[in-house]
Amino acid sequence: MFKRKLIALAVALALPGAALAQDADLAKIREEIRQLKGTYDQRIEVLEQRLKEAETKAGKAEQSAAKAETAATQASTRTASENSFNPAVSLILQGTYANTSQDPNTYQITGFVPSGGEVGPPKRSFSLGETELAIAANIDPYFRGVAIASLAPDGGVEVEEAYFQTLALPRGAILKGGRFFSGIGYLNEQHQHTWDFQDAPLVYKAFLGNQLKQDGVQLKWIAPTDLLLEFGVELSAGDQYPGSDRNKNGIGGNALFANLGGDIGASTAWRVGMSYLSASPNDRPYTDTDSLGGPVTNSFTGTAKLAGINGVLKWAPNGNPYYYNLKLQGEYFRLKQNGTLTYDDAGGSNVFGTVSDYFISDQSGWYAQGVWQFMPRWRVGYRYDQLNFDTLSNGIVNNALGPTAADFPVLASHSPTRNTLMFDWSPSEFSRLRLQFAQDKSRLGLTDNQVFLQYIYSLGAHGAHKF
Amino acid sequence: MTKSLKYMIALSAWLAAQPALAALNVLACEPEWGALAKELGGDKASVYVATNALQDPHHIEARPSLIARARNADLVVCTGAELEVGWLPLLQTQSGNPKIQTGQPGFFEAANYVVKLEVPRLVDRAQGDVHPGGNPHIHLSPYNIEKVATALAGRMAQIDDKEAAHYQARIRSFLERWRQAIVKWEKEGAPLKGMPIVVHHKNMSYLNDWLGMREIGELEPKPGLPPTASHLSDLLSRLGRDPAKAVVRAAYNDPQAAEWLSTRAKIPAVTLPFTVGGTDKAKDLFSLYDDTLARLLAVAK
Repeated sequence: MFKRKLIALAVALALPGAALAQDADLAKIREEIRQLKGTYDQRIEVLEQRLKEAETKAGKAEQSAAKAETAATQASTRTASENSFNPAVSLILQGTYANTSQDPNTYQITGFVPSGGEVGPPKRSFSLGETELAIAANIDPYFRGVAIASLAPDGGVEVEEAYFQTLALPRGAILKGGRFFSGIGYLNEQHQHTWDFQDAPLVYKAFLGNQLKQDGVQLKWIAPTDLLLEFGVELSAGDQYPGSDRNKNGIGGNALFANLGGDIGASTAWRVGMSYLSASPNDRPYTDTDSLGGPVTNSFTGTAKLAGINGVLKWAPNGNPYYYNLKLQGEYFRLKQNGTLTYDDAGGSNVFGTVSDYFISDQSGWYAQGVWQFMPRWRVGYRYDQLNFDTLSNGIVNNALGPTAADFPVLASHSPTRNTLMFDWSPSEFSRLRLQFAQDKSRLGLTDNQVFLQYIYSLGAHGAHKF
Repeated sequence: MTKSLKYMIALSAWLAAQPALAALNVLACEPEWGALAKELGGDKASVYVATNALQDPHHIEARPSLIARARNADLVVCTGAELEVGWLPLLQTQSGNPKIQTGQPGFFEAANYVVKLEVPRLVDRAQGDVHPGGNPHIHLSPYNIEKVATALAGRMAQIDDKEAAHYQARIRSFLERWRQAIVKWEKEGAPLKGMPIVVHHKNMSYLNDWLGMREIGELEPKPGLPPTASHLSDLLSRLGRDPAKAVVRAAYNDPQAAEWLSTRAKIPAVTLPFTVGGTDKAKDLFSLYDDTLARLLAVAK
């Protein structure tokens, strides 16, 4: 159309007479174009307006959808299992049926100064074990608190652990204070209901009174390495065996430990450690019987130094312990004591009264155990215990001050051993039944054949799986 | 004793003087979050994954190597919803790392950013190992991955603010590719709608919710308890009346129970990678979904 008009224009221009008429045509064309443009402009404007409105609506819809989702997410997200208002509370129930060929009341580890802890086997027949109540929570961004009380079957509440620890110290440092299981060894920090056997290894019974609790502080430092390398220092009142209640100012005992651990591939994890403990017992008593059968109270004052090494290795196919897994562990300790032993039969036969002389001992012990889960829920374990009498030098006897070796029956030369075999069945990770057989030669010249059937249940907050 | 103490102090001083690495140290609890952290972090993040695809995250212990990694981590990325309740709290309290304590930016729980399925009305261990916050196995819905990725990128930018632009660019690129992939997967996965399946453990719920599959039974009698002969027999007779198309297990589940049922019910047993690394093909999040869909589609006919 435009082309035709162009030709018409050209022709019109070529004819001078039609000049005016061509002007009018041009004006008409211009007007038409302008009108067209105006119409289109208007329509584009309207469309743009509608588009803007649509976009705003879409934006609003997106926003409200996002808000609805956030609300739904928040509604469906519960707070974590514990917060500072609701601590994690858990309870451990345990009990034993025990069959022992020797009287549990006569239990002793001959050759070693009694450590005073509840180291004997459980009562014969049915007996309730310790019911443990654990409460833990973060206190604030800086501290966490843990308390574990054990309700003794005969009544009374014992505080196993009650401590605070820091959460916010920089550079891998953790400070713990209060009462806590010492970080020496491997088994010492593990709670009894998590053990793989009903009882502690002989070396723990003899040297640590079952488990050493420290009243004091522990500073642990984890190095910034890919292998776990941690060091710990403990300062304590030193009032647990091999220490004693001292009633003295200052630091009663101290401990050092260092651990190294890592993985070998995906299937194996290991940890080795060494530890050292030093205490200065002051009038640390123990009871014995003299050669006439009367009671004797002996007490030791001096220094006690305990050094040990430990190792644990865990294997599971691809690191998945659910079906099969193997755990090997072993610890060795050496206890040196040097001081004065006081013999006192005043409360019994009263033949010698009170006699004191030097007492030096250098004794050691170790255990090695393996536990194999051979199918889901079922495990079998074996443990060997060995204590070495080594050297024990009793000045009262050596210097013929009166009492003879027969008046110190518990210190007779003897290196106890024990073999333990156990099977346990765990219907879930919160329940366990264990059958344990042991041939215990702790007493000089006697073998105690023990059979235990034990149950362990935990309820409440999910406990953490310590390595 | 003084000598060993001196040695300890000297060693500590030397170790403390070691320069920190420039990269953002990320400890991921599970491989899916490790893969996500690698996608979003690129070369600016050094990612260590605490578990592998053949491990059940419920039964992990706070072993020494994890404590060491937690100590050095700037950011811990885990599922949360109590999936790692057996070991993650110990990593927090035993690592001496203030950055990864609950409530700190260095502690990221993916489950907080998604709507969880199967929040139990009754929280009681008689129901098995139930999670009070809902089903924690959230990573098998691509929409959940999208939400977690957005939140994680924001968190990484918050902690490593010098590289914030890098994380923003990575999340934009990831979301673009991820959204395209979702369209592709939903189209491919259409035949799976309504397909009845038996699962080993209740860890496929989000996958089922997304693809529309019907879970009509579990090999575990209750969550967390291993399959028992009596329960499997019950399940078999139930399948006689209401048949399933396949028995589906994760790569870390024992194959025995699934194979037993598969043989007797005459339905195929499908092993899904479940997470990155569970099968050879599932090398990252994209190929995880690719391989999962491929394995399911192979038995959907």
